[in-house]
Amino acid sequence: MATTAEAPSGALSIEALTDKARLIRKHIVDMTTEAGSGHPSSSFSCTEIVTALYFGGILRHDPQNPTWPERDRFIMSKGHAVPTLYAAMAETGYFPVDQLITLRKLGSPLEGHPNVRRLPGIEASTGSLGQGLSIGLGMALAAKLDNSPSRIWVVLGDGEIDEGQIWEAALAAPKYGTGNLIAIVDANTAQQTGYTKDVLPTEPKAEKWASFGWEVQDVDGHDFAALLPALQKAGEANNGKPQCIIARTLKGKGVSFVEKDYGYHGKPLTQEERLRALEELGWS
Amino acid sequence: MELGKTIGLTSGKATRVAFGEALRDLGAEDPSIVVVDADLNNSTRTDIFAKAHPDRFFNVGIAESNMVGVAAGLAASGKQAWCASFATFVVSNAYDQLRMSVAFPKWDVKVVGSHSGISIGEDGPSQMGIEDVSLACSLPEFVVVVPCDEYSCRAAVRAIHALKGPAYLRTGRPNAPVIYQDGAEWTLGKANQLRDGSDLTIITNGLMVAAALEAAAALEKDGASVRVLDVHTVKPLDVEAITKAARETGKVVVVEEHLAHGGLGSAVSMAIAANHPVPMRFVNLGDQFAESGSPAALLEKYGMNYQNVVRAARELL
Repeated sequence: MATTAEAPSGALSIEALTDKARLIRKHIVDMTTEAGSGHPSSSFSCTEIVTALYFGGILRHDPQNPTWPERDRFIMSKGHAVPTLYAAMAETGYFPVDQLITLRKLGSPLEGHPNVRRLPGIEASTGSLGQGLSIGLGMALAAKLDNSPSRIWVVLGDGEIDEGQIWEAALAAPKYGTGNLIAIVDANTAQQTGYTKDVLPTEPKAEKWASFGWEVQDVDGHDFAALLPALQKAGEANNGKPQCIIARTLKGKGVSFVEKDYGYHGKPLTQEERLRALEELGWS
Repeated sequence: MELGKTIGLTSGKATRVAFGEALRDLGAEDPSIVVVDADLNNSTRTDIFAKAHPDRFFNVGIAESNMVGVAAGLAASGKQAWCASFATFVVSNAYDQLRMSVAFPKWDVKVVGSHSGISIGEDGPSQMGIEDVSLACSLPEFVVVVPCDEYSCRAAVRAIHALKGPAYLRTGRPNAPVIYQDGAEWTLGKANQLRDGSDLTIITNGLMVAAALEAAAALEKDGASVRVLDVHTVKPLDVEAITKAARETGKVVVVEEHLAHGGLGSAVSMAIAANHPVPMRFVNLGDQFAESGSPAALLEKYGMNYQNVVRAARELL
């Protein structure tokens, strides 16, 4: 594999990343409350994952040149968590931060689920769960054919991995030795109607992915000190094995009354709840 | 297969074989072409491409959803990705992937469904693509093409290769009667008038083109002058040629190897209803599954041989 891609500049310290994650969560709360709909709790759980990728010096990308052929690709396969991605994209300069508030409004490219035809920097249109890993595998195969250093990062939801297509892709990737494909499972313990352990048990996750032929790391998905090195290791493994990170997270992370209740799936916060949430996040 | 025998048509290659050969040839010209199959390569005939271009061929196993997704990802990264399976497996099994991972982003993925219709014969209904045209037409901005013989299939492969965006190509299992000679004019989106006539028009595509031509010849013996249109491109539809035929002949029979709902008959009906309503009849599988049997026996039993077309035409004449 070629190695001509430039390393991203401006990687933040863990302290600065923690601040950035606080800012991303504030955007998520503001956006979804203003929209009156959306999935803030699903967006909170992957906040550190996305923050580490976009601000921790992991993702090789250029907001000024979103079609750079050798860029890394990021796919939010759990498309309902796209507010996290929009917030990170705005903060890295894909579009103005003040556009975030147009989420889900008619005419805005910030649709309820990501739409590749509407917003430069979105790499896949998702929202029907289970499809992002196959798309990522296709991109990984294309990068290999082109001898490109591009890496493909795919965030999967905890409930999303109920979908059979995830496991079709998980079977196929090792066959092709796509070491440039990194699946990150946002293992947030809950899905729409209950805890994942009750709806459809998918543990032991690490053993499952390993037995399929992936190199697996099992880490705390909210702790940058654990997450950053895991992402770095996966991105640089280059050992011909697809990489999987089981990121142990919590649905609703950061806002206590959302963390305690999976019933917040797909529910925006009311104005009153928004103010409580921002206070908990340290924004009051 | 008996199709075309009464008018002396000769048997040519199956459209699936013509597809495989055309794609192999295009692969030599265009290095961006990649092919993904779900372990039916020697049935869909992508194996012909694979043999010539092994580095650009991916057999992802019996997993159609993943096949379509992988093709989508390859296309997202600048490849022209072709994927193939039996028509019913790629379209019905992987429909949400065609919708979300191909049509919605409008990526350059070409979807090929082989073993279409009931003429696959003995393998029976589970293997027969009888709803694929309807489903493919329901994918926004998909181009949908149903060639009738080896020449038109090669032309169709080249035509959809030249497009940037999603397309569905329907191919068949049996050897197909030769309708077109090399060098014949064949343009995507343009109906081909295979025979002129003033009393009635038969609109058809795929394997049924041969039955339509046989029916037209039989009707001519009764003194009826019958036009035959090969509407190989179901989407976008050649509304002009269809409207012209309705206006000039006043009666239309639509013949297809497909369920009644959502295929060529539906598309043609909308065009005629909107532009020049005339009496119509329909020859197709209706609203049912077929069964195992020889292709000729099935076409006869399920009402899709030329005698059925003649009968439908006589109702109007």
